[in-house]
Amino acid sequence: MLSCRQATRLLSEAQDRKLGLSEKMSLELHLAMCKGCTNYRAQVSFLRDACRRYMADFRGGRE
Amino acid sequence: MGAARVVLGSVSRYNAGTLHRAGRHEPPMSQDSSPLTDDAFLMALRRELLKFARLQLRNDALAEDMVQEALAAALAGERGFAGRAALKTWIFAILRNKIVDHFRASGRVTNVSALAPEEAGLDQAFEALFKANEHWARDSRPAPWGDPEEALVQQRFWVVFDACLNHLPASTARVFMMREFLELETAEICSALEITAGNCNVILHRARNGLRRCLDKNWFSPEPIRC
Repeated sequence: MLSCRQATRLLSEAQDRKLGLSEKMSLELHLAMCKGCTNYRAQVSFLRDACRRYMADFRGGRE
Repeated sequence: MGAARVVLGSVSRYNAGTLHRAGRHEPPMSQDSSPLTDDAFLMALRRELLKFARLQLRNDALAEDMVQEALAAALAGERGFAGRAALKTWIFAILRNKIVDHFRASGRVTNVSALAPEEAGLDQAFEALFKANEHWARDSRPAPWGDPEEALVQQRFWVVFDACLNHLPASTARVFMMREFLELETAEICSALEITAGNCNVILHRARNGLRRCLDKNWFSPEPIRC
């Protein structure tokens, strides 16, 4: 059983690499029961969206 | 280098150029409608490039140099562009590559895996979010951010976002920037900075936790005095 602390690590790594099947399964199991980590996942994925938006603006999305 | 002088010269002679055109009664952009001859456009572009370079490099002098070089390279290229957006995208790509090259070259001398006191502080703050059994402490459990998409369209949000990025310790920020802004794969970051994949993951996790908490406290927290 994953702890929340371990879950946050996997959620961060999921942004950078493909998780293995067992990692994915234990993570999903944890998320199904943990509201805090579900929110953490949404927030980490928001960070990526924000960075993408930031870059798009520099690259010439605006103007 | 002659072409570079022309570009950089045209930026610094912004006012003179405007007067010159007005005096001659020439229609704006008469012979050459390239955005590279549009001083106002170049000035605005240069400001944006500088902002980006400063954020990445955290060194104003170095940022100035790189932006200057990127603009000079764009002029020397003398390519035709289908408008300003295309030109901006191209110059931006030149600048991005220069910054990546710089990180590659300096990665070997900057030890990003060394744990500075600032990083240790971030780690402590993160550990403090958990109980002894490594589950969230009641007050630290992440709460929903509502509709964060709404934040992305607010100018004030980006001021906070910038401040939070700048608040990250330098080497933590560098790895995060390489990943999220320069869009390098972790394998590329590892080899550029000569760190292990595990180390890279730890640093990115630290950066995300730091940013997440900073935004949570300064933007999304439910009890702020926000206008």
